[in-house]
Amino acid sequence: MVSATPHTASAIKTSAGKSRGVKSPGEEAIKNKGWLRANKWLLLRRLSQLGILSLFLAGPLFSVWIIKGNMSSSLLLDVLPLSDPFVLLQTLLAGHVAEASAISGALLVAAFYFLVGGRVYCSWVCPINIVTDIADWMRRKLNIKSSLSFSRMGRYGLLLAIFIIAAVTGTLAWELINPVTMIQRELVYGMGFSWLLVLAIFVLDAFVSRRAWCGHLCPMGAFYSLIGRQSLIKINAVDRKNCDDCMDCFAICPEPQVIKPALKGNEEISPVIISGNCTNCGRCIDVCAKDVFKTSHRFIK
Amino acid sequence: MSNQSNKALQSRRRFLDNISRAAGGAVLFSVGLGLYSQQTKSLPADAVRPPGVANESDFLSACVRCGLCVRDCPYDTLKLAKLGEPIALGTPYFDARDIPCEMCEDIPCVKACPTGALDPELTNIDDARMGLAVLVDQETCIAFHGLRCEVCFNVCPVQNKAISLNRSHNVRTGKHALIIPVVHSSDCTGCGKCEHACILEEAAIKVMPIKLAKGESGKHYRLGWEEKQKAGKSLVTPDLEHKYNLPEGASYDYEGEGLIRSDDSQKENSTPFNKSAIDRLNEGVR
Repeated sequence: MVSATPHTASAIKTSAGKSRGVKSPGEEAIKNKGWLRANKWLLLRRLSQLGILSLFLAGPLFSVWIIKGNMSSSLLLDVLPLSDPFVLLQTLLAGHVAEASAISGALLVAAFYFLVGGRVYCSWVCPINIVTDIADWMRRKLNIKSSLSFSRMGRYGLLLAIFIIAAVTGTLAWELINPVTMIQRELVYGMGFSWLLVLAIFVLDAFVSRRAWCGHLCPMGAFYSLIGRQSLIKINAVDRKNCDDCMDCFAICPEPQVIKPALKGNEEISPVIISGNCTNCGRCIDVCAKDVFKTSHRFIK
Repeated sequence: MSNQSNKALQSRRRFLDNISRAAGGAVLFSVGLGLYSQQTKSLPADAVRPPGVANESDFLSACVRCGLCVRDCPYDTLKLAKLGEPIALGTPYFDARDIPCEMCEDIPCVKACPTGALDPELTNIDDARMGLAVLVDQETCIAFHGLRCEVCFNVCPVQNKAISLNRSHNVRTGKHALIIPVVHSSDCTGCGKCEHACILEEAAIKVMPIKLAKGESGKHYRLGWEEKQKAGKSLVTPDLEHKYNLPEGASYDYEGEGLIRSDDSQKENSTPFNKSAIDRLNEGVR
């Protein structure tokens, strides 16, 4: 497993007069590009995440029914069904063949993420991402270095286990404890104790292990990473020759292992970040003072 | 060279370590979650599923917990189970005592369901079997005290079919009737309007899961009188007409109000007073 955390990359020279960018990555970018441009993608993502959540909340709160249901399955403008392929696949494995409405909704959603990148769900839609981003921000601000480390592959094991359990028990067992769908549901339909689970994720990410939930454990993210492996939209380290090894992108990236091949690879390796685990969050574009990264598509050499 | 193979050995060991650790974790996780999921398979007796749920375990394999049924319920009857409630997380249910099902004719909740967890084949709400009402407490139901109530009977949407009123003798007073509501599983949809309307502090009639509320007789069990009616005759020994030891020309029929005299004997006794007092006295004996 390639790991390129700032700690292991000490051999790489640091830009002059700058602390290694671990504590506040993006400082130089703000100086060079201005605050707004250095936070452009972050702001757009928050806008998207909160916007989607508000659309779901507009119905129950203000009787504006643009979208009905929750992110597991919904009805857009009373005509277009949308379903979460991850949840629907669990019902299939549990032995239920869904009606056409849910299946077409799930195919639609899967096709969308197939195009834009599976884990765009994580960074542009999922509200848990806001929590884990804040946890990571807190880690940096409080300078919490210690981090329990475990494999990022664990989530795929978890995903497999979840599918097996669904098939064996004939129930959507994971949906009994899935914090992602749970918080979305309880935000829209009334809060139970799911906030406790979200708090637990925050504590885990902030104090126990860096990016533990979204980057190591969440099987939903793992599922979407598989959908988006061949996605059209990818981040491209197009001007990688300008990289001054400030490490800001590695420090800010929720999946830093995906950057290294594209940024540090030789001529033969494409500068496109090809991994399905890149969430297309665009934070590397934001924090890079040298404008190395751009959004592009996968076919650029 | 040996250094390199040593490195390869180390990395292989680390890989195997990682794999076995992950496998161990996955097994632990699977067992835990699997067992937990079994525990939540039982629905608490006071939670009622929306129409179109034939059995709980099929439902739990199909429901994606999107709440579209909740949204399309015009009476705010349905709600989704929250974390901390003893119902499979996120699945729709209702509390009949709180807001019962109003049995909409177009069944919007079933129509809204995108997965078919609520069976789309259910098109007549009278065919819904959300549960079964049971008069659970005869000690507090005031009908059993000989008082007139019949609220459950009156609010029942499948009136006089799902709940009927049966008369029986009031032993306490010796002269009044008890008018007892009786639920019939053949027609009760489990909507819970009776439970909602019960006048007591705690309802004496409650909707329960059918599995909990209903007995089942052995598959071989037959009711003789029904079989007889179907066959048109007795299927065991032929019926013998009961012979009463009656005065000549008289017959006995309970519903026909007891002793019936034939026309002849009525003519014979057309006057209340007979020829002689002795004959009159002997009349009933003969």
